[in-house]
This record gives sequence, C-alpha cells and structure tokens, in this order.
Amino acid sequence: MGAKVSRSRKHFRRNEIYGWLFAGPAIFGFLAFTIGPMITSIFLSMTDSTLGFGGNFIGLEHYRRAFTADPLIWISIRVTFTFVAISVPLTISTAFFVALLLNTEGLKGVKYFRTIAYVPSIVPGVASAFLWRWIFNPRGLLNHLLETIGIPGQNWLFDQNLVLPSLAFMGIWGIGGNMVIFLAGLQGVPRSLYDAIEVDGGSIFSKFRYATLPMMTPTIFFTVIMGIIGTLQVFMPALLITEGGPNNASLFYGFHLYRTAFVNNNMGYAAALSWIMFIVVLAFTAIIFATSKHWVYYEGGDDR
Amino acid sequence: MIMSRTIGRRVKLVICYTLVAILSFTFFIPFFWMVRSALMDHAQLFRYPVQIFPNPIVWENIPYALRSQPFAIFFRNTIFLVVMNVIGVVITASMAGYSFSRLQWRGKKIVFYCLLSTMMIPGFITLIPTFLIWSALGFHNTYVPLILPAWMGGGAFSIFLSRQFFMTIPKELDEAALIDGASHWKIFWVILMPLLKPVLAVLAIFTFMGTWNDLLTPLIYLRDRNLFTLSLALASFRGPFGGRWDFLMAASAIVTLPMILVFFIFQRYFIEGVTLTGIKG
Repeated sequence: MGAKVSRSRKHFRRNEIYGWLFAGPAIFGFLAFTIGPMITSIFLSMTDSTLGFGGNFIGLEHYRRAFTADPLIWISIRVTFTFVAISVPLTISTAFFVALLLNTEGLKGVKYFRTIAYVPSIVPGVASAFLWRWIFNPRGLLNHLLETIGIPGQNWLFDQNLVLPSLAFMGIWGIGGNMVIFLAGLQGVPRSLYDAIEVDGGSIFSKFRYATLPMMTPTIFFTVIMGIIGTLQVFMPALLITEGGPNNASLFYGFHLYRTAFVNNNMGYAAALSWIMFIVVLAFTAIIFATSKHWVYYEGGDDR
Repeated sequence: MIMSRTIGRRVKLVICYTLVAILSFTFFIPFFWMVRSALMDHAQLFRYPVQIFPNPIVWENIPYALRSQPFAIFFRNTIFLVVMNVIGVVITASMAGYSFSRLQWRGKKIVFYCLLSTMMIPGFITLIPTFLIWSALGFHNTYVPLILPAWMGGGAFSIFLSRQFFMTIPKELDEAALIDGASHWKIFWVILMPLLKPVLAVLAIFTFMGTWNDLLTPLIYLRDRNLFTLSLALASFRGPFGGRWDFLMAASAIVTLPMILVFFIFQRYFIEGVTLTGIKG
C-alpha cells in the first residue's frame, strides 16, 4: 500500500512539473511581456525620463500635468469618445443587419457573399488606409459617385466636421469579422422559436423582436464590448490617413499617446497617458458588464 | 391564402437578393478601384469626367513600383518573420493549451485567468516599457522583439483558442497512452498533435495575418531599411510616391495580393477561427 501511495504521489509530482513545463513559455512570456512591463510602466510614469530609463522620480506630476496642463488630452478624449459613439453603433448594427440578411431562409449563394464581405477585413491596414485616402480624395471615387447623383462633393478628410464620420464610414468596409460572428450566432437561434411565433401568426418583425434579438444579446454584448475596447485605443487612421488633423479634429487619444512616446520621445509622460487609457477602458468595460444583466439573455440562466 | 403566402415569400426573397447584390457591389468596389487606379497613369486618374476603366491599361506601373523599391528584400523579410512567428505560436500556444486543459498542477486556474485577463489591457501600457527594455538590451533595430513574443505562447488569445480545442478531444485517448507508459511529451507530439490540425491551422493563419499586416511593431523597432517588412515599407512610400496615386495603388495591390491568395486557399479556417472567437468569447 505504501508503494502505491508513493507511486501516485510521484505521478502527481511529475504531472505538476510537466504542467509548468508545457505552460512554461506562455508563463514566461506573460511575466516578461505583460507583468514585467506593467510594473515598469507604473514606475516609468512617475519619472521624467524621455528616451530610456533612469529619469528622476517626480511622483504623480505627469498625471497632474495630463489633467491640468495638456490641452491636447481633452481634445483627444473628446475626439475618441465621439468616434466611439459614431463608429461602434454604426459598424455593429451594419454587421448585424448584413448577417440577418444573409440568414434569410431560402437565400442561396450566402457563402459567396460572406466571402466578399469578409475579404476587406484581411487587407493590410496600410494598404486599406491608402486606398481610402484615395477614395476620399476630393477627386476620388466617393465624390465621383455623389456627383453622378447630383450631390456636391465634399472634402471628406480635410473638413473638421466630416473627418470622424468619414473614418467611421471607412470602418464599415471592415465589418467582416463581426458579420461572421453574428452569422454563427444566428445559426444558434432555435427554429422552434420562429415556428412558435409563426403559429401565433406573428410577423417577420415580431420574430425579430421576440426571438432573434433576445437570443442574440450575448453576441451583441460580446461585439459591443470588443468594439468599444478596440475603438477607445484606435490610432492607425490618424497615423496613416489624417495625422490627427484637420485642426486636431481626428486627434485620437491613442494617436496623442503614440506621438508623445515615439515621435516626441517623452516616454515617462506617455506611460502616464497609457495608464489613464487603461482606467478609461476598465471603466467602460465595468459599466457595460454592470448593465448586461438587464439586457443580455443567457440560456440556462434564471428563468423569466 | 396559401398563394398569397408564397407570393409574399417570393417578394421577400427578391428584396433580399437585391440588397445582397447592392451590398456585394459596395464591398467589392474599393478593390476594383484599387486595381483600376493601379493600372492608370497620372493623367487618366484625374481626367474629367471620370474615367472608370483604364484606357490604355498602364501595366508598366506594376514593374515600376516593384523596381523603384527593393520589394524582394521586403518580401523576404516579411516571409521570414511570418514563418518564424507561425512556428513559434503553433508550438508554444498548443503546448500551453495542453497544460491548461490536460495536466493538473497547483495554481493552474489562477495562472490561466491571469493570462486571459491580459486581453483587456491596452497595448500601449506594455508597448512603451517593452520598447525601452528591448532598446536597453540592445535589440533595437533587430527582429528579436518581433519574433520572441510569438515563441512565448503568442498571446492570450492563441493560448485560449488551443486550450478550448483540447477540451473537445476525448481524454480517454491520452489516459490510455499514459497508462501504457507514454510520456507527456510523446502524448503531446505523437497522439494529440495530429488531432489538433484544425486549431493549428487557425492559429497559423491568424499569426500569418497578424505578422503580415502589422505596422506598429516594425515601425517602432526597425530603423534599417534593409530590415523593413512589406507593411512598413508601404507606409514609407507616402514620401517617394507622394501624390502619385497610380504607384501607391500599385504598391498597395502588391502588398494585398498575397494576403488575399492565402485567404482563398485557407478560407475555411479563417471563418472557423473568427467564429470561434465570437462563440467562446
């Protein structure tokens, strides 16, 4: 019996060692590329270092500066929130609408359209940025199309009021990922629900309102959370298309941060800016999670 | 009654097909515009009224764009990074997946959830200190910062994906092998690896796409033009090709094309991968 116990203990120990061994690279990466840098970043944000470590400790000075002495930060926060408010509802509702359309009973060739709608989201960001700069050009495709139906062309990217809607519009081209997620979700809505509503003489709208929409709330929740987290950090369109202009109208917070760190080489301050971004992202996530129990339907949850 | 219903259904389908056609056209048009502009000369691009198709087709734009910049070097660099990263992620993420799904060890759950929670952390928080650390270690302007993370599990998402997939493979398989005296190492490589093919394909494709399309990491780490990737090189063309939309579109098309080819070859895995992210999320 003693032998048996020691063998199973040995086996257990072996398992323990192998567990750490197999997860080793991942755990090491987690420590080296996430935890380590995070701790470093906290300290960095409290030093006046510019390019490299070893600045002087200045406490919370950078945070004070961010809230009181950096006029750009407020502009960038306003720009970013505005963009989230335009872009997230626009892209998610479009993706949902397209998925609904493709999910129509009896529609053939869904596979082909799914491909057409998905391909834009794999186009390299730089290439699609250049393409859209060209499309939005005053002599570009969009203005040509509008002029043929009698609408005067606009200076999309160089008009303070149009630049954010234009960039959000460009985002519609990349809804492929969300569309595929919605399609998968729609396939999980049980047929019996639709049948029941049909028997009761319900219209296509009541099917949507009482079957599709509630069953899709977990998917909507997921895409909204990811959409908001992603859009709060957006900076590529500014980097590649607008450079934050015109007149800072597209100065995303992420772009302000990027420029502070890698153009102006003000690493300490940039680290502080990144922690402020972290708090904002966390707050948004927490708020949405808190509201979720009022509108997200989970199967197997409490009965209603 | 029945007749009106079938007619109603037919009308509905006609409306749906029309919408699908319009949407397909809308999604496709930018691609057409890229290729069409790539095959025009400067005068054709700005002709008024607008000229939709290139006439004559200016094929020379492509070789010009290719020759005016060392594309072969950028291409080779990108392929090198893609291959290194794909191998790294496929091996280390699936190893981690094995550990987190199959092996029993203390602290496993906590470690796993800590790993997962990193998905919520904005990239900038770690990007800045990581950049300074690599620079302090003398790895600025090398590929080390671009490759090493891929060999460390390739990020929370990859690890999560492979763990979820391991959960779907019946445990009896490796338990039987374990009783027969096979080592974990052998079980992992010989018995489970072949079964993992679908998720490995998804990981490989996402890593391929991530590396091919990444701009930020090469942008902050690479100074030497000979080390540039295609995306970074393309971003740098705005200067030399400034205002020349014909060349910019030709170069953009050249960088996009391989990605599209890969997509069409491995389409199934792309869709599967995206679906997995949504359902499991």
